[in-house]
Amino acid sequence: MSSEQQSANEMMVTFEHVNKIFNPGSVNEVTLFNDFNLKLRKGNFISVVGSNGSGKTTMLNLLCGSLPIDSGKITVDGEDITRLKEFERAGFIGRVYQDPSAGTCPELTIMENLALADNKGGSFLLQRGINRQRRDYYRTLLEQLHMGLEDKLGIQVKSLSGGQRQALALLIATMTPLKLLILDEHTAALDPKSAETVMELTQQVVEEKNVTTLMVTHNLKFAADYGNRLFMMHRGNVVFDVMDEAKRSISIKDLTARFDEISIEDGN
Amino acid sequence: MDIFLGLLQVVLREGMIYGIMAMGVYITYKVLNFADLSVDGSFPLGACTAAALITAGVDPWIACFVCFAAGCIAGSVTGMLHVKLHISDLMSGILVQTALYSVNMVVTSKKAVLSIFNMPTIFSTGLGGMMYNSALDQWAWVIMALIITIVVKILLDLYLKTRSGLLLRAVGSNERFVVSQGKDPGNMKIIGLMIGNGLVALSGCVLAQQKESADASSGTGMVVMALAAVIIGEAVFGRTKKLRGTTMAVTGMIIYRCCLTAAMQLGLDTIYLKALMSGLFIIALVGSRLKNERSARNVIRAAERK
Ligand SMILES: Nc1ncnc2c1ncn2[C@@H]1O[C@H](COP(=O)(O)OP(=O)(O)OP(=O)(O)O)[C@@H](O)[C@H]1O
Ligand SMILES: [Mg+2]
Repeated sequence: MSSEQQSANEMMVTFEHVNKIFNPGSVNEVTLFNDFNLKLRKGNFISVVGSNGSGKTTMLNLLCGSLPIDSGKITVDGEDITRLKEFERAGFIGRVYQDPSAGTCPELTIMENLALADNKGGSFLLQRGINRQRRDYYRTLLEQLHMGLEDKLGIQVKSLSGGQRQALALLIATMTPLKLLILDEHTAALDPKSAETVMELTQQVVEEKNVTTLMVTHNLKFAADYGNRLFMMHRGNVVFDVMDEAKRSISIKDLTARFDEISIEDGN
Repeated sequence: MDIFLGLLQVVLREGMIYGIMAMGVYITYKVLNFADLSVDGSFPLGACTAAALITAGVDPWIACFVCFAAGCIAGSVTGMLHVKLHISDLMSGILVQTALYSVNMVVTSKKAVLSIFNMPTIFSTGLGGMMYNSALDQWAWVIMALIITIVVKILLDLYLKTRSGLLLRAVGSNERFVVSQGKDPGNMKIIGLMIGNGLVALSGCVLAQQKESADASSGTGMVVMALAAVIIGEAVFGRTKKLRGTTMAVTGMIIYRCCLTAAMQLGLDTIYLKALMSGLFIIALVGSRLKNERSARNVIRAAERK
């Protein structure tokens, strides 16, 4: 096996020469990604930081298929997924959004939400929607959250708090086996206490499932404390990238300094 | 007293037959969150198809299934226009509704009204005929309508509890969630619109059999009527949370028909009927919104008092 092939086998995600232009040909034309390249190693937990509009969410949208790329190639686990639709990619990608109401069905009960996620990848025909025998399993899952949700299986998700919903969304996103976990500022809408809780829970899930995780956050403390790789984005480019040893020694102060450098370059 | 009983029969009978349509619209409007205007076309589609089939000697019960299937096809067209061609929900419905007018003309062989007077229908043969010829007389029609509506309601409730039904509800609640579960929400929308329009056509089919005639222009105002019924049902019973959406839709329709009949009895000229239907819809819509706002205020006030 050539060394190139070997390194390809170790990659969970690759972006190869990806281009993305918004509103091409109009006055609002924005060239966000111009020959963007990125490799994410299997089993890594990567934190992504960057100022507003630097392209973090767009990068995730391109990876998940919520937005099409103009040209280039994206692979996951060695497979070219560029042509796969968003719902097809969702089969092996779990995603938690910034908006706590995005990752769950507000009108459905906790039980119904979990039952849907439990059947992910299976057939959705005329079988009974909720399997009562799974009830105990759902309860043990919810008990891990320490939010008392295990006694509220029958209530609608819309009556939960943002933190509770986000914890549930995390549970739902990771219920079935997956290759990639995508977190887009998933603690941003939560109060500091709930954010901590959800972040600890995230760490726990990631370790337990040993899933490659890409987490975008504006919380520099989380970015520094969690994960084994960190990179900063700026205008559609990776401008700062540290791993393992270098990542462990990074502090919030270093990160803030980096942000300042960038904004000086921008002339602000 | 006899007049009153007669009116009660009409209200219950028509309330329940139109109630099947209300359940169909409940699926598209409430469960799927899709404002489907093709209903105005699929209702007469069911009526005309039933009349044409019965004229051709087809068994009236088989006609019911065929009408349901015809409605499903109409709904699938609305769904495809929306999902595959990305036409807005309102526009897709209007397009199908308009096209169905021609289809209905073909079905009735260019007749505006197709009479099936004295031909076998589900009300005049079999169980329906037996009841009609017994002491039940006109109550037989009410009972037949009740039986059909309840069977449809039970089947629909069962469906909504299946995995497919659960996914359908999820599409109406949060499309992105369904995508995250690796499913295409577009397909579920098409299925929901098929079921919805199938029920609407079935409603038209049953009504045509009961009235022994089908009117190609009977669709005007059906969307408004069905939506009003769904909203009224929810406004009246929504609080209790004990009733299912399907039950609320049928009950809402009975209340709605009651209002219409009362207005007619008070001497309203039939030319004002459609205006009254719109008026009732507006009242139901605004009324339910005010009610929601008030209950929201009450919740806030209760929270503040704590
Ligand atoms: N659908 C779109 N149409 C046009 N421009 C877009 C679109 N989506 C994103 N952009 C542009 O792309 C740039 C990057 O946006 P993106 O949402 O990826 O930033 P971000 O890094 O996630 O920012 P934030 O930290 O605020 O979430 C912005 O300049 C934005 O205006
Ligand atoms: Mg973003």
